[in-house]
Amino acid sequence: MTAFRSLSGAMFKGFFRDRLALFFTFLFPLMFLVIFGLLFRDAGADKQKIAIVGDSPIVAAMEQSGVFELERFNDEPAALQKVKDGDIPAALVIRGQELDLRFASSDQVQAATVVGIVNGFVDKANVVATGQPPAFNLKTEKVEDSSLKPIQFLTPGILSWGVSVSAVFGAALTLVSWRKKQVLRRIRLAPVGAGTVLSSRLLVSIGVALLQGVLFVALASTPLFGLQLSGQWWLAIPLLVMGTLAFFSVGMLVGAFSKSEEAASGAANLVVLPMAFLSGSFFPVEAAPKWVQTVSNLLPLRHMNDGMLDVLVRGKGIEALALPSAVLIGFTLVVGFIASRVFRWED
Amino acid sequence: MTEERAAVAVSDIRKSYGDLHAVDGVSFTVAEGEFFGILGPNGAGKTTTLEIIEGLRKPDSGDVRLLGENPWPRNSKLLPRIGVQLQASSFFEKLTAKEQLQTFGSLYGVSAATAASYLELVGLTDKANEQENKLSGGQRQRLSIACALVHDPDIVFLDEPTAALDPQARRNLWDVLREIQKRGKTIVYTTHYLDEAEILCDRVAIMDNGRILAMDPPAVLVRGLDAPTHVTLQKGALSLEDAEALPGVEETHENEVSLSISTRRPAEVLSTLAERGALDGLQVRTATLEDVFLNLTGREYRA
Ligand SMILES: Nc1ncnc2c1ncn2[C@@H]1O[C@H](COP(=O)(O)OP(=O)(O)OP(=O)(O)O)[C@@H](O)[C@H]1O
Ligand SMILES: [Mg+2]
Repeated sequence: MTAFRSLSGAMFKGFFRDRLALFFTFLFPLMFLVIFGLLFRDAGADKQKIAIVGDSPIVAAMEQSGVFELERFNDEPAALQKVKDGDIPAALVIRGQELDLRFASSDQVQAATVVGIVNGFVDKANVVATGQPPAFNLKTEKVEDSSLKPIQFLTPGILSWGVSVSAVFGAALTLVSWRKKQVLRRIRLAPVGAGTVLSSRLLVSIGVALLQGVLFVALASTPLFGLQLSGQWWLAIPLLVMGTLAFFSVGMLVGAFSKSEEAASGAANLVVLPMAFLSGSFFPVEAAPKWVQTVSNLLPLRHMNDGMLDVLVRGKGIEALALPSAVLIGFTLVVGFIASRVFRWED
Repeated sequence: MTEERAAVAVSDIRKSYGDLHAVDGVSFTVAEGEFFGILGPNGAGKTTTLEIIEGLRKPDSGDVRLLGENPWPRNSKLLPRIGVQLQASSFFEKLTAKEQLQTFGSLYGVSAATAASYLELVGLTDKANEQENKLSGGQRQRLSIACALVHDPDIVFLDEPTAALDPQARRNLWDVLREIQKRGKTIVYTTHYLDEAEILCDRVAIMDNGRILAMDPPAVLVRGLDAPTHVTLQKGALSLEDAEALPGVEETHENEVSLSISTRRPAEVLSTLAERGALDGLQVRTATLEDVFLNLTGREYRA
C-alpha cells in the first residue's frame, strides 16, 4: 500500500513537472476546443435577420419571440440597399397600420420563411385587435433535439480525444523511457508486483483524465462558448475512467513495441489521429459514407464520444452508458491481454 | 566457508550472445561478510556475471545460489535482502535526489525519513532538492549507490560504483563501503581500478574474455608474482657502485634524476639505506595488481 501510494505520488510529481506533457495533455486539446468553438460559434445560430423601418406593437412581439434578429434603420432606402446587397434577406417598412415587407428574390426558401413568419405575427396581432378570444390556440415548447449547437457537440468529442491522447501517450512514453533508463529492471529487483507499478501509473492517467474533464467543461461553459450541461453530467465520470483504461492499454501495447520515445510518439499519433477523425471527435461522421460508419463503430473512441454526448449534453440517463461501457471494457481486456503478452522488461 | 554460509555460490555459469561468450564458465563463492571484487577491462563479462547472480539474467547453463536460493526466475524472497546498483544509473523522471531515495525506499517499505537519511551517507545533503538530471555524473553515481543501500540489504551488488568519481568522493565512498562491511554485510563489486580493489577487497577475481584468470586476496596475488620491489632514490644520494654492493640488490639503474634499485628483500635494503642516511627522494614501488594482470594476460592493463 505504501509502495502504491508513493509510486503514484512520484509519478504525479513527475507528470506535473513535465511542461511538455502538461502542454499536450491540457493546452493542446483546449486549443482545438477554442479554435473549433470560435469557428463554429455562429453556425448553429440560425436566427432570421430582418431590417426594420418604423415602429409598431408587432415589432415588439417579433423581438420578444427571439425568432428574428432585428436591425433598425431610420430611412427606407438604407434598409432596402441592405436587402439589395444581400446582407439581410428582408426589410419590414412600417407606416402606421400599413406594413410593407420587401424581400430579396434570390433565395426563395428564405424569402418564404420570412414572409410566413411575419404573416403569423400580423395575423396574431389582427386577432388581438378584434378583442375576440382566438378560435385555435397553438402552444409551443422547446425540445432538446439531436442536432446540437456546435459547442455541445465539440466539447464531448474533443474531451474524449484529449483523454485518449494523454492516456495513450502517457502509458507508451512512460513504458519506453522506463525500459530505456533501466527503471523497469531496477523495479523488478524490488519486492513490488508488476500490478502495483501498473496500477499506480494508471491512477495518474485517471486523475489526469478527470482533470481534463473539469477543465474542458469549465472552459466550454464560459459565456464565450456557452456549453449547456444536461442534468446527468456526472455520468461522464465512469466514462472518463473506462476510456482511460482502454487507451492506457493501447499505450502499453504501443510502448511494448517501440524502441525509443520518438518511435513511441510517432506510433501513438498514427493510432490516435485517424481514430479521432473516424470516431467523429471533431466533425460528425453521420454524413460520412457507409464504410466509414462501419469502421467508426469498431473504434473505442467512437463509443466514448457517443456516451459523452449522451450524458453530457443530450440529457440521457445511465442506460446510455451500457453500450460504451461494454465496448470500452471489452477493448481494455483484449488489448491489455495482448500488451501483457508482448511486454518486455528490457531491450 | 561451508556451503550454507556462502552468500554467493556460482558454478560454471555461461552466457553467450550469438557467437560471443560473454561469460564462459565462471565459478566462485563469496562468504558472508566478505568484500569481493571483480576486476577486468571493458567487455570482460563483469556486468553479465553480476546480473546473472542478481537474477536479472538467466544463465545459459550453470548453477547460481544467492543466500542459498536460486535467483532465477525472479525470487521475491531474495529481493528485500539484496541491494543493487546497476551500471547505468536508473532514476524516476523529474524527481529530486531526496524523492528518488524515498520512492525506491517505499518499494521496500522504508519510511521517508529513513530513506532521506541516506543522503548524508553519500554526502548529498545539499543536493536533496535538486532534480536528478541536474546532478553531476559523480553525484548521480552516489545517489544511485544510496538507492541500492536504502533498505539495508544483507548483500550489496555494485557495478562500478567508483567510476566517474573524483578522488575525494572516491575515498569517501571507500569509507562508506568499509562501514557497510563492518555492519556484517556482504559486498560484491566490480571496478576498473586495480589499486582500489587492492585496498578494499578481501578477495578479487580478475576477469578477461568471460573467464576468471585468477582469484585470491590481492596481497596473495601480488606475492605470488614474486616480482621485485623497486626502490628509487634521488640521484647522488648514493653512488651506483655503493648501490650495487648493498645486500639483496638484484639490479640497479641510474638516469639523470634518479637511481633505482630492484630487490626481493626490500626490508634489508631499506634498513641499510637508513643506516647510511641515504634516503633522499626515497620512493618504494612494490608489485601491484597491474603487474599481476600483465603477467596473466601478457598485455598492459587498460581500464
Ligand atoms: N544484451 C547483450 N546483447 C549482446 N551482447 C551483449 C549484451 N550484454 C553484453 N554483451 C556483450 O557481452 C560482453 C560482456 O559484457 P559485460 O557488460 O558483461 O562487460 P563488462 O565487463 O561489464 O564491461 P564494462 O567494463 O565495459 O562494463 C561484451 O562483449 C558485450 O558486448
Ligand atoms: Mg559492466
